[in-house]
Amino acid sequence: MANRILINFAHPRFESSVANQVMVSAIKDLEGITFNDLYEEYPDYLIDVKKEQELLLSHDIIVFQHPLYWYSAPSLLKEWQDLVLEAGFAYGDKGYLLENKYWLNAVTVGGTYESYSEQGYNQFPLEVSMKPFEQTATFCGMKYLKPFAVYDVFRISKEKMIDAAESYRKHIIGLQNHLDLVTGSYT
Amino acid sequence: MDTESVLFKALIFLAAAVVGVPVAKRLGLGSVLGYLIAGVLIGPFALGWVGKDVGDIMHFAEFGVVMMLFLVGLELEPKKLWRMRMPILGLGGLQVLFTGLIISSVAYLCGVHWQGALTIGMVLALSSTAIVLQTLTEKGLMRTDAGKSSFAVLLFQDIAVIPMLALMPLLAVAPIIDIADEHSTNQLQGWQQTLAVIGSIGAIIVAGRFLIQPVFNLIARTGLREIFIATSLLLVIGITLGMQWVGLSPALGAFMAGVVLADSEYRHELEVGLDPFKSLLLGLFFITVGASINLDILIEDTQTILWLVLALILVKVVVLFALAKFFKMPLIENLIFTFALAQGGEFAFVLFSFASQNGVLADEMIATLTVVVALTMALTPLLMIFSEKVLQPLFDKQELEKDFDEIDDGETPVIVAGYGRFGQIVSRLLRSQGFQTTLLEYDAVQIDLVRKFGTKAFYGDVTNIDLLKAAGAKTAKILVLSVDNTDKAILVTELCRKHFPELKIYARAKGRREAYEIKKAGAHFVMRETLGSALLLGREALVDLGFRKFQAQRAAQTFLHYDSKHMDELTDLWGDEKQYILAATEKAELLEAVLKSDIQDRAEMQDHAWDSDLRKESQNTNHEH
Ligand SMILES: Cc1cc2nc3c(=O)[nH]c(=O)nc-3n(C[C@H](O)[C@H](O)[C@H](O)COP(=O)(O)O)c2cc1C
Repeated sequence: MANRILINFAHPRFESSVANQVMVSAIKDLEGITFNDLYEEYPDYLIDVKKEQELLLSHDIIVFQHPLYWYSAPSLLKEWQDLVLEAGFAYGDKGYLLENKYWLNAVTVGGTYESYSEQGYNQFPLEVSMKPFEQTATFCGMKYLKPFAVYDVFRISKEKMIDAAESYRKHIIGLQNHLDLVTGSYT
Repeated sequence: MDTESVLFKALIFLAAAVVGVPVAKRLGLGSVLGYLIAGVLIGPFALGWVGKDVGDIMHFAEFGVVMMLFLVGLELEPKKLWRMRMPILGLGGLQVLFTGLIISSVAYLCGVHWQGALTIGMVLALSSTAIVLQTLTEKGLMRTDAGKSSFAVLLFQDIAVIPMLALMPLLAVAPIIDIADEHSTNQLQGWQQTLAVIGSIGAIIVAGRFLIQPVFNLIARTGLREIFIATSLLLVIGITLGMQWVGLSPALGAFMAGVVLADSEYRHELEVGLDPFKSLLLGLFFITVGASINLDILIEDTQTILWLVLALILVKVVVLFALAKFFKMPLIENLIFTFALAQGGEFAFVLFSFASQNGVLADEMIATLTVVVALTMALTPLLMIFSEKVLQPLFDKQELEKDFDEIDDGETPVIVAGYGRFGQIVSRLLRSQGFQTTLLEYDAVQIDLVRKFGTKAFYGDVTNIDLLKAAGAKTAKILVLSVDNTDKAILVTELCRKHFPELKIYARAKGRREAYEIKKAGAHFVMRETLGSALLLGREALVDLGFRKFQAQRAAQTFLHYDSKHMDELTDLWGDEKQYILAATEKAELLEAVLKSDIQDRAEMQDHAWDSDLRKESQNTNHEH
């Protein structure tokens, strides 16, 4: 049976997004995935914790798709983590209900691939910058996949962006069927 | 100058209205009284600027009454009218019956022959549709119980005019003179009359349904506004003449036509088109009523006339009050209703002249009675002010000083004054978070209603300091002032600030103006009642227009933030109208600019943010330090 994939999407200004518009249209109509548009669901930040937890339980792979904001995610996704991954559910007594599920960040990044290195102005590789996500997943007993990243989104051409979105789509389809395809950074 | 020219007359009438009405309004007397006084002043018996022929003009101006009833009809769908059948027949019927009987008996006892006495009784039983509806509308009372009941009674009276007109020739005592003869050939008899009535009512309904609608469709398509208005006028004038021809009351016919068209899609256009004509003609009508008060007779026979005026008002007041009581109208409403209808009506002028043609009554008696009717009409606005300012507060006080419920909620941190739609939401929120609230409400029906849902509210008027004390105003932290009456809110705020300085007042206000006033009275926090819901609705509309929910949410919140901020900043200017409007307009523009720039800024930020090249440069310079 195919892996059930939940895409928790977070973008506070999707209306003026460029990169994520293309990325979303590449995967939204895929069969067997659940697309959960967080800013549309909770414009007033009032997250329905029960509902979100049930969504998590009924899927095998959780994708967090978002633009990279301050080496992290837009704030609603942080709020989501703070509330939904609560004790007794994601960890703690009677917790760890997400154990062995997969966690994937799919991000669009303003900086270039090169800038995410010791020589670059971002100093660290992206995986290092995004360590808090990895550690959160690990803490909850989940398996953390290497982030799928599209770099330099302000400068790459429209065609390249579409290419990137296409490989995002393939990446998701790959994850649906097996888990060999775990490295997916797109430069 | 030719003082008989139409334009000159128009000049006089308009000038009288333009001067009289604003002055009367300023003095709190209402427009009707303004017109009436202006009429008396320019009339033949005072300044004499208009001639003795005001009767003709009045006849013309009565058309305003017809239009008013047409417009009233437009607001009353047949279903609503049907629902009013009880008050119309019960209240209206009994009012005409009893008032008529009493006045007839008195007249008979005073030596008038029985035919004349009966005529006087019938005619004087009627009230003035024009004055009552205009005054009630102006005071915003049409939707109250009192307003609806008044309307029902007036409607019955308008219907009653038909049989009265038919009866009049039968009551003739003097040999019928030529004019009357001429009239009676026009006047249909017996079964013919009945047929004509049924026929014309049928014609109005059929024409309204199947003829008028397509005609309006056609006219509307020409896109010529004045032709549409002309058609509307044509319609009402046509009905008037048609009704007169079959001997029915034009007002009633117009009213029915209005009802038939009440669910037409052109209803609003008709209203908008005819309203100015109605208002001007009504004004003219009131002026002519004022001008027709025969001051000569009044001065000659002051005592008799004043006694008659007093007696007429008294009889009406007694009958109306008793009937309203019988129909279980609450006291305050009853007072409004009673004093609104305690006068003779414009139909009296028509009926009296008809009676004189038929030789039912002597001319001198008719002259006297006409003055009496006009005077009672002129007194109506004053009587209503008297009832409003003197009687109602009296009973209001008495009613509440006598009884408010025993309050046994113990000490609660919050008192909610006014447990209507607004107070309920606040209280439910607070209770859901574990704060006890003491609920006060003035409307017994509302108390019964919420009691059915298991909530206990206490009866009492919150402007009563003893009630507030009993509710625990001394120990409570917060008073949620959610009454919808601004005057009350201000009064309570002032009372509380004086007697319970520790108590914080969270008040609901209708709009900005009211918010400022309540704030000025000392409330700690004031919220406009429609602000939140309007913004939420606007937010949803934005979403439907294609906005992301978060974007719409931010727009609404930004609006709320700046609007509230600007309102605070303008507090000091409130009271100085010019300055305030100036500053408020400026702030409104500012707010729009802010909302717009919020969109632009964010778009630009998107473009330049995190541009890797730009960052690289600044980063490099940083590294060199
Ligand atoms: C508030 C904010 C913070 C950002 N922080 C970073 C960052 O830390 N690193 C980076 O490479 N780009 C950063 N960017 C650039 C975004 O990653 C970029 O705008 C986004 O991926 C473009 O996707 P979109 O077209 O779907 O909006 C930031 C942008 C914003 C608006």
